[in-house]
Amino acid sequence: MSKLPKPDELLQGLDLHRTPEKHWMDIKPDFSPGKYCYAVDPQVMIDLGRPNLGKWQPTDEKWPLPEDWKERLLKAIRDRMERFRSFKLFMDICVRCGACADKCHFFLGTGDPKNMPVLRAELIRSVIKGEFSFFGRLFGRVAGARPLTEEVLKEWYMYFYQCTECRRCSVFCPYGIDTAEVTIIMRDILHELGIALDWAMKPLRNSHFIGNHLGLQPHTIKENIEFLMSDIAEITGLNIEVPINKKGAEVLFVTPSADFFADPGIYTFMGYVLLFHHIGLDYTISTYASEGGNFGFFNAIEFSKKLHSKIYEEAKRLKVKWIIGGECGHQWRFWHQYHGTMFGPFDYLEVPKSPITGTVFEHAKYHKAVHICEFTADLIAHNKLKLDPSRNDHIVVTFHDSCNTSRGMGIFEEPRFILRNVCNNFVEMPENTIREKTFCCGSGSGLNTDEYMEIRMRGGFPRANAVEYVHKNYGVNTLVAICAIDRATLTALMKYWVPDVVVAGVHELVGNALIMEGEKERTTDLRYRPLKGMEEEV
Amino acid sequence: MNLIFSLIVLAILILIPLMGVGVLGLNSLFAIFIPYLAFAIFFFGLIYRIIGWARSPQPYKITTTCGQQKSLSWIKHSRLESPASSWEVYLRMFFEVFLFRSLFRNLRADFDGKRLIYGSAKWLWLGAILFHLSFLVIMIRHLRFFVNDIPSIVQKISAVDSFFQLGLPPIYITNLLILAGLGFLLLRRLVDAKVNYLSYASDYFPLLLIISIALTGILMRLYVKPDLYAIKQLTYGLATFNPALPKGNLSMLFYIHLFLVSSLAAYFPFSKLVHMVGVFFSPTRNMPNDNRMSRHINPWEYPVKYVTYAEWQEKFRDVMEEAGIPIDEEWANVAQK
Amino acid sequence: MYNTNKVIIGIIVFIIFFAMPFWLNFGKVEALPKPELPKEEKKCIEDTDYMKAYHMKFLDEWRKTKVREGKVNYINNEGKIYKMSLQRTCMKCHDNKEKFCDRCHKNLVVQPDCWKCHLAPEEVKKWQ
Repeated sequence: MSKLPKPDELLQGLDLHRTPEKHWMDIKPDFSPGKYCYAVDPQVMIDLGRPNLGKWQPTDEKWPLPEDWKERLLKAIRDRMERFRSFKLFMDICVRCGACADKCHFFLGTGDPKNMPVLRAELIRSVIKGEFSFFGRLFGRVAGARPLTEEVLKEWYMYFYQCTECRRCSVFCPYGIDTAEVTIIMRDILHELGIALDWAMKPLRNSHFIGNHLGLQPHTIKENIEFLMSDIAEITGLNIEVPINKKGAEVLFVTPSADFFADPGIYTFMGYVLLFHHIGLDYTISTYASEGGNFGFFNAIEFSKKLHSKIYEEAKRLKVKWIIGGECGHQWRFWHQYHGTMFGPFDYLEVPKSPITGTVFEHAKYHKAVHICEFTADLIAHNKLKLDPSRNDHIVVTFHDSCNTSRGMGIFEEPRFILRNVCNNFVEMPENTIREKTFCCGSGSGLNTDEYMEIRMRGGFPRANAVEYVHKNYGVNTLVAICAIDRATLTALMKYWVPDVVVAGVHELVGNALIMEGEKERTTDLRYRPLKGMEEEV
Repeated sequence: MNLIFSLIVLAILILIPLMGVGVLGLNSLFAIFIPYLAFAIFFFGLIYRIIGWARSPQPYKITTTCGQQKSLSWIKHSRLESPASSWEVYLRMFFEVFLFRSLFRNLRADFDGKRLIYGSAKWLWLGAILFHLSFLVIMIRHLRFFVNDIPSIVQKISAVDSFFQLGLPPIYITNLLILAGLGFLLLRRLVDAKVNYLSYASDYFPLLLIISIALTGILMRLYVKPDLYAIKQLTYGLATFNPALPKGNLSMLFYIHLFLVSSLAAYFPFSKLVHMVGVFFSPTRNMPNDNRMSRHINPWEYPVKYVTYAEWQEKFRDVMEEAGIPIDEEWANVAQK
Repeated sequence: MYNTNKVIIGIIVFIIFFAMPFWLNFGKVEALPKPELPKEEKKCIEDTDYMKAYHMKFLDEWRKTKVREGKVNYINNEGKIYKMSLQRTCMKCHDNKEKFCDRCHKNLVVQPDCWKCHLAPEEVKKWQ
């Protein structure tokens, strides 16, 4: 692995208004260390019954492509154009107005013109023109057309895995062209040759065979949860048991597996458990459907369906009435926008109704899954939670809207409402960097790998820069997000750019603030940090 | 390079009627046959494109939500940015198509020392809207050449458009605005490094073509006057499918104008200009954000093989038993059947 | 989903909009109204083709020279002298505004403001 430059040096010489001398079609992708992800281990693809290219790396001068690679790709492209109106349309109607150009966090962090969303899409658009269109072939480059070559393929590998599918460009595009859609489909197409990222595929294999991305086996999940419960017992004095695979529970709770296992997700998980215990919810988690997130969504569309089929088999098996989903970004984009089509209708479930407040979640009447923040916001609005926001007085909070939940679902107010009720120090980041204009963490969509650190830190820079602003001006020290990938990637990002800021989930703060029945006086938060005024007691 | 290529193509397009009419005297070809052909291409070409898109289904409902979803009753949802019903979608589409709402959001990112700042950047929106709306008004105004009994709304639009009564015949305001808009869009492609870098000849060409059409039109109105009565005889004949070459002098400038318009019409369906109809198909804008309220069907959705609970339980039976996690024989048996 | 119904409606709207002239003319196609030319006089002040295209510029020029420079006479191509006057020179031959001027103007949505000050021959007769 290459040595990552110091934060002061990383962006030196970055100029957003300077473009290369050479035409972009003549610039070869730069596969130097830190700037690309490793190719998938062939065994992973073999296990999953997918094509593979054997042992190879993108740095290889000649890629071990099969004889008929070109025909297969072109066939796949045609096939996707027939199946996805979005893709077909987006290939046709871009006018290259450039409104998207400086909206991409990767462009803002690298200055690489191929990270302008318009050019990212142009990487494939040019091939469609050059291979399928008579006039495209006739006029070539002046019409923006080129043939499909191995160099083009390398470029696709680089840039469709240098897009986090965050959809920020799609907000600004006058035709709503969504680069995420193009990236999703292009990755799906590359998969037909067996081209994929190692780091994105291994979690997929885990989730497919074991049940979750981290590969936690059922007993490990149970042990981890017990371990977290012993922490809760120590902090609050309460002994809480988490129902596992409980038949006949009212609610199936599905959250990203990182919440069972990885810091700082575990604190968020403790928050969920405290909340459910506080209101006496009849719920269960599952060790079979133990993953809310879906790495299939980042790799191949068919796999996204395979992975989440488990959730619905489990819902039927456990005979639950409805489903609550934990804090996760792409989980919720996928649940919200794809589940209904892929897995519906859900006749075996009931329209979600909060057993505590009686609220019927009309907006989920067909899909029967509710976001945990919608559920909690409803509880707070009905005054069903005993909260002591001063227990979060030791932190100053800002909220990071995760790309997927923002632009693929539209959940903005619920988490903010919760935050305003569970803590006293909540500050917003500058307005052009939040809500629908929020910036990605820079490592979403399966790019959260160590060998890619330089690009990740560059891509996350616009987000980090906004955090740095509120950190300096308002003393913000906690970045809250409702996304498991954010909790992992923003932690690395903050460590690099704004070291004094830690990352937390909304429900970690809820867990801190909840006044539980029968608890002892708390002196620390869920991370064993002293509460304000309790510094001496600890 | 791209600009020069476009200029050359444009020059050729201007030369063609100059030669064809001026030297070869093929007046009927240029006044009647080519316009008919071009508009047939425009018409059937666009319908062909529409059907082409319509043949591919939109498999998933992938609305780009730019505002609060409709969820809990006490949270105000953003009707325009996160529409939950059909009429909210129509409203959103109206604002997109006629007022370029998404473009209005445009920002410009820049470094202020080490800080990234984002300023409002509405110039692109202004240039685009000036051009497009002026074009629309100009097209409506041109109805006067194609209709005998001109609707009063067209007369009113013309009257308002020449409101300032500058010169004689008075200048149409939209004629100036369209040139301003087009000029800005062209200038932007030349001056802004990023946009310049990503522009092809096929981006300059339509701009130059439309500028030429506007200029020849304005020239004819203000300086090099043709015989309008003769022109109307021709255009009215075309519109009523009784084409005939009129006796009067149509003027060379008119032939050039007509040929450029014909070129634009024929070029339209097979270029980026199809965004005019394409925008209506945009799946991120034209669908409601009601995914959890109603079902969206994907016609090619197919069942997949996944690791079932029974298979999974078999694999982990030992560790589950050891950890005291319940084993479900019943479900495994049912599932096996 | 295909949204076939909406696409068909869209195509219909497209056809309605871009074939607007066809719809507006539908069922009432008739010859364009012809301006009535003076019967006695065969020659206008200048060449007919020129007058057809440029009469508005020509009249505007007359107005400027007469009102601002105080000149009264206009000498044409052939050296003939005319008094610069819309009412007394032009309308002497073209003695019917409605049948000469308006027919074309209406048909082409030309809205000149000559008659805000000047009187058409028909009006003049009424006063005589």
